[in-house]
Amino acid sequence: MSNPFLKAVELIFSFDKQLFDIIFLSVKVSGFALIIASVFGIPIAVFTAFKKFPLKSLFINIMNTFMGAPPVAVGLIFYLLLSRSGMLGFLGILYTPYAMILAQTFLAFPIIASLCHSAIVGVDPLLKQASITLGASPFTTAATIINEARYGIMSALIAASGRLFAEVGAILIVGGNIAGLTRVMTTAIALETDKGDFELAVALGIILILISFTINFSLNIIQKKGKKELI
Amino acid sequence: MQKLYLLLTALLTLLMTVCAYAEENRILCASTTSAQNSGLFDYLLPEFEKDSGIKVDVVAVGTGAAIEIGKRGDADLILVHAKELELKAVEEGYFVDRRDVMYNDFVIIGEPNDPAEIKEAKTATEAFAKIAKKQTPFISRGDKSGAHTKELFIWKEAGITPAGNNWYMEAGQGMAKTQRIANEKQAYTLTDRGTWLAVKDNLNMSILFEGDPILFNQYGIMAVNPKKHKNAKYDKALVFINWIISEKGQKTIASFKDKNGNLLFTPNSK
Repeated sequence: MSNPFLKAVELIFSFDKQLFDIIFLSVKVSGFALIIASVFGIPIAVFTAFKKFPLKSLFINIMNTFMGAPPVAVGLIFYLLLSRSGMLGFLGILYTPYAMILAQTFLAFPIIASLCHSAIVGVDPLLKQASITLGASPFTTAATIINEARYGIMSALIAASGRLFAEVGAILIVGGNIAGLTRVMTTAIALETDKGDFELAVALGIILILISFTINFSLNIIQKKGKKELI
Repeated sequence: MQKLYLLLTALLTLLMTVCAYAEENRILCASTTSAQNSGLFDYLLPEFEKDSGIKVDVVAVGTGAAIEIGKRGDADLILVHAKELELKAVEEGYFVDRRDVMYNDFVIIGEPNDPAEIKEAKTATEAFAKIAKKQTPFISRGDKSGAHTKELFIWKEAGITPAGNNWYMEAGQGMAKTQRIANEKQAYTLTDRGTWLAVKDNLNMSILFEGDPILFNQYGIMAVNPKKHKNAKYDKALVFINWIISEKGQKTIASFKDKNGNLLFTPNSK
């Protein structure tokens, strides 16, 4: 048997269209899930950090629990919801990238909300007092604190993206792994391995590992930078 | 902060445009891993798209799951291989316009040295009985697929209840993966010939039993009943069904060869 690694490297450097379409779709789906989860997650984190409301600790606990929600179960729930026979069946988005984005948003949201909340709560309370004493408006005060927590917020985004790119359970169920439409890196690797066609699987595996390495590497840098600035 | 929101709104707008999913001229076909792993769809569907302008998206699962997806209305048509289950679903009103499309056959594969000596068996049921008697490992699909349905039928014919024995393992996976597991465990398994021919180069196994009429494997196509699911794109599904049973479609199936030049399916819509 020929060496799948050599073939894989060849595939990457010849900019194989099929390979790069799959990579692009992965980036698109997980990227947009991350953006949407941030649009909702960060404000909610800010809100829970600054405001008191009924059942606040319960809400935070739920968020923390859902951080580790098993993707397959989340996928199943969205499958049943989005199915034509389900509650959201009228949308008709099962087996499309939209369904994948939706399910991944749900996976990313608790991570972003929870970790951003911790980051904002972790900011030195003196800062808030000083800001108010110096006559800042509530909005400016909040902005100052969020700015101070920016490294924590960035870490949250990176942690969430790491989960999304590596995730296979949910997107396989709601996306269906349709060639050219909903086939992303992780589901393509699973399929090609099934077929015993290892070249494409290994090529995608290499890219996926590189992406996850980059994600973790930047997480490290940001956390180090954050620590330095605090000292 | 405001800048951040502006950025996010811009990106969200981008999402709507970039991901714009072309609704108009696509249909969704739920089908089986055996048809997909063999490479048939990659060969057939571009031809159909050229003729009709309709793009067919394929979700490949087991036959049982494909029927279920169709029943729920999540596909527009299905192409599967378990004729009795298909006819039952048609009778229940979930599907319409069922047609025979093509056939191949099932074969029993295993370790080349054939520990249970099934090569000498005269029928598939006898081969299964030998495996059970010798208690050599056997990997079942275990996923209500067409192959699984056929396998259970043969066990029943042989008067054997394999479930619960430690030599009988249910993989719960697609056809190609089940073969891979059988390969690793040096076990026997029942597979459709198409998937076998498509992936056998990567396996250290051989066909040990074939040719019994019980192993005949008929593929059928049918559209989701638009009266049950008004969202189902019945008209376009029918275009595909009529194409695949037409002379052109049948000829295309007959000319499909895998990467080693084997003919995998025999058309029989008539």
